[in-house]
Amino acid sequence: MALELYDGSLHVEEITNRWFRQISEKNYGAYIPFIGIVRDENGISGLSFDIYEPILNSWFDEWQKRAKKEGAYLFMAHSRGDVPNHTSSYISAVVSPQRKVALKLIGDFVEDFKASAPIWKYDLIDGERVYAKSRSTALKGAGLLR
Amino acid sequence: MAKIEFLGPLNREPMEVDIQSLNDLKEMFKEDKELQEWLEICAVALNDALVCSLDVKIEKGDKISLLPPVCGG
Repeated sequence: MALELYDGSLHVEEITNRWFRQISEKNYGAYIPFIGIVRDENGISGLSFDIYEPILNSWFDEWQKRAKKEGAYLFMAHSRGDVPNHTSSYISAVVSPQRKVALKLIGDFVEDFKASAPIWKYDLIDGERVYAKSRSTALKGAGLLR
Repeated sequence: MAKIEFLGPLNREPMEVDIQSLNDLKEMFKEDKELQEWLEICAVALNDALVCSLDVKIEKGDKISLLPPVCGG
């Protein structure tokens, strides 16, 4: 599976090593993982996430098609629920025959992930989930029903 | 009847409504003061595809989802 969702923190070594083993014999020249780590800031003990899978799946499928056109392939893993500080909630990776394609694709993919993937983030403060509203981005067409 | 889902931090139970279009839904929500603030920033999906127009016919069994601003990673 190219898109993987887990409850809690991601097992970074297991995931990135498994992806590497999966592609290492396939003659790709570049494997670029991006690993997001929860930072200890603003008094949080961690982050928490809700995910809407149907739209996440179709969003990811569109990106996979785009990658395929360039001879590349994408992986992504994300956490559901609570993720403590200093652990990982998000990993994405691209493999490609060429380094330049992979470097551009991982940048574009992660940017669009931030703006378009239907995932909601909460700060964990004193055991409560506080929606990270000010850090969130409205989706395309927002405000339609106002 | 169509099903309305309130996703993420909206944190409300789904509801069934008898509407013909998204315009009907907009009218219906006008009475919900708490929701109005969210509607300013929520996107709308019909059967898991984002929509940008109110002139969309709603069929029996359709699923309408309200999606607040996102922040993955």
